[in-house]
Amino acid sequence: MSGEPPVVARGLVKRYGEIVAVDDVDLTVEAGDVFGYLGPNGAGKTTSLRMLLGLIRPTSGSARLFGRDPLVDGARALDGVAGFVEGPRFYPYLSGRKNLELLADYDGDGARGRIDEVLDIVELRDRAKHRVGGYSHGMRQRLGIAASLIRRPQLLLLDEPTTGLDPAGMRDMRDLVRRLASEGITVLLSSHLLAEVEELCNRVAIIRKGRILYEGSLQALLATASDRYSLRAVEPERARLLCLAQPGLEDVALDGDEITFRAAEDAIAALSIALGQARLGFTSLTPQTTSLEELFLDMTEGAADVPAVAATEEVA
Amino acid sequence: MSGVARVYKWELAKLVAQKRTYLGIGAAILVPIAFVVSLVVQGGTGPTDVPLGRTLTATGLATPFVVLFFLSIWGLPLITALVAGDIVASETNNGTLKTILTRSRDRGEVFTGKVLACLTYMIVAVLAMAVVGVVAGSIAWGLHPLTSLSGTSVPVGHSLVLLGETLGIYIVALAGVAAFGIMLSTVTRNSAASVVGTLMFALLMQLLGVLPGTEAIRPYLLGTQFDAWHGFLRTPADWAPVVRALWVCAIYLAAPLTAAYLVFLRRDVAGE
Repeated sequence: MSGEPPVVARGLVKRYGEIVAVDDVDLTVEAGDVFGYLGPNGAGKTTSLRMLLGLIRPTSGSARLFGRDPLVDGARALDGVAGFVEGPRFYPYLSGRKNLELLADYDGDGARGRIDEVLDIVELRDRAKHRVGGYSHGMRQRLGIAASLIRRPQLLLLDEPTTGLDPAGMRDMRDLVRRLASEGITVLLSSHLLAEVEELCNRVAIIRKGRILYEGSLQALLATASDRYSLRAVEPERARLLCLAQPGLEDVALDGDEITFRAAEDAIAALSIALGQARLGFTSLTPQTTSLEELFLDMTEGAADVPAVAATEEVA
Repeated sequence: MSGVARVYKWELAKLVAQKRTYLGIGAAILVPIAFVVSLVVQGGTGPTDVPLGRTLTATGLATPFVVLFFLSIWGLPLITALVAGDIVASETNNGTLKTILTRSRDRGEVFTGKVLACLTYMIVAVLAMAVVGVVAGSIAWGLHPLTSLSGTSVPVGHSLVLLGETLGIYIVALAGVAAFGIMLSTVTRNSAASVVGTLMFALLMQLLGVLPGTEAIRPYLLGTQFDAWHGFLRTPADWAPVVRALWVCAIYLAAPLTAAYLVFLRRDVAGE
């Protein structure tokens, strides 16, 4: 495979009449990433993935997979790429195995010989003879993964792979994604489940109303939010005044007995010394951990529009 | 195996696995049987106002021609529409189109494979009707020389050749119906609308041909070509309607298929 990144999307726009489903989206997925594409339902995740797979034509902008554009290179652009959008779909009147045989024949390249192997991976071998029409949702999702794996992909595009699965099914699906990633497959998965993304992904993009609010590493995103601290002191009002006067502390606020502020780590060290010198006893000085969920809700519900964009720039 | 051949093979496999395929082929088989059985039971001499109708009970070889005459009006167009109108639209609605379009086959290959499979099904239906017609008719009335439309006697062997030519030129005309169905199926993405619309198209083409004042366009209507095979049954054979059917049908085949192809190559494949 070429040295081009698995996914490079630039300025992707998809307009349906008045509605802009995807608005100037840039995405870069590097080899080895497990990339989480996060957004509320209807944010434009699936539409973006469809454009990446060449199923729909962007109104403007371009998408390249390993340097190849599906609009220009046709099916060849999908060499080494597999996945599904909006849940995998199969012919209900054919068996699971027949469905895979069909797709393997479409692929060529010895894909047929890998059917048994992938059926084992997704644990569907004993049901492969049965018609897909009788499969549960979870079995179809797993068959979708199997159908992707017979292509021996270097890049997997998965659209909400755990949606609709029961807790055990979700766990199995996540284990599978983790395992595939550990084998060197780059994964781009869309999700609205934050815990899932936090658990699986090293890089994320957050999309709302068709626009990317953040793209970068998950750690950096979490770090932008972890510069908030809270302080509990014996004399809250005196402590607040001290904090206000202390260099390096911002957004100081008194919330009940608790003082909150933003600061870098060295400013925290200086603050603890200052508190001691002022003979001001404190009971706790703790960093406020922000979960991805809080960040996500902040960003996607629009309350923190400006900080979110600022965060993107900080990280970049 | 080429890309198109792979797609074609699996399109056939899908047709074999679907009930509606048997509905069409089954009808093509049952109609000649029912036709022969009802004539034998009633003891009639056959319809007098259709080609070869007068000599229907003289030889089993007349049966496929007479049944073709009746089925060509709406029976075979409906059988064709059942699959042609469905072949792209059903995959759009089931979401399987995106499944196969994210594999290693180009859209052009997928489309071509579908068209070939649809035409194959149509040919099988016509041949099944003819073979069953010959067999059922021969059981009822024996295998004797055919009397041509010009009144001459045609030996059994040559009658079978005429039947082959007849089916050939009829299949070319019916392919025009199939092409229209595939276009509707691709453009409307609605299976039921495409099946009904295709049948309407076939009926309209024939209706236009019998309305007064349409004489000028009549030779160029698809419905007119459904009867081109009558030319083979004259002695000597009248090639004029056959030759015209060939080029007129080429247009009815090429225009909708080209349109459908271009739409299929560019269209967005998204959930409905």
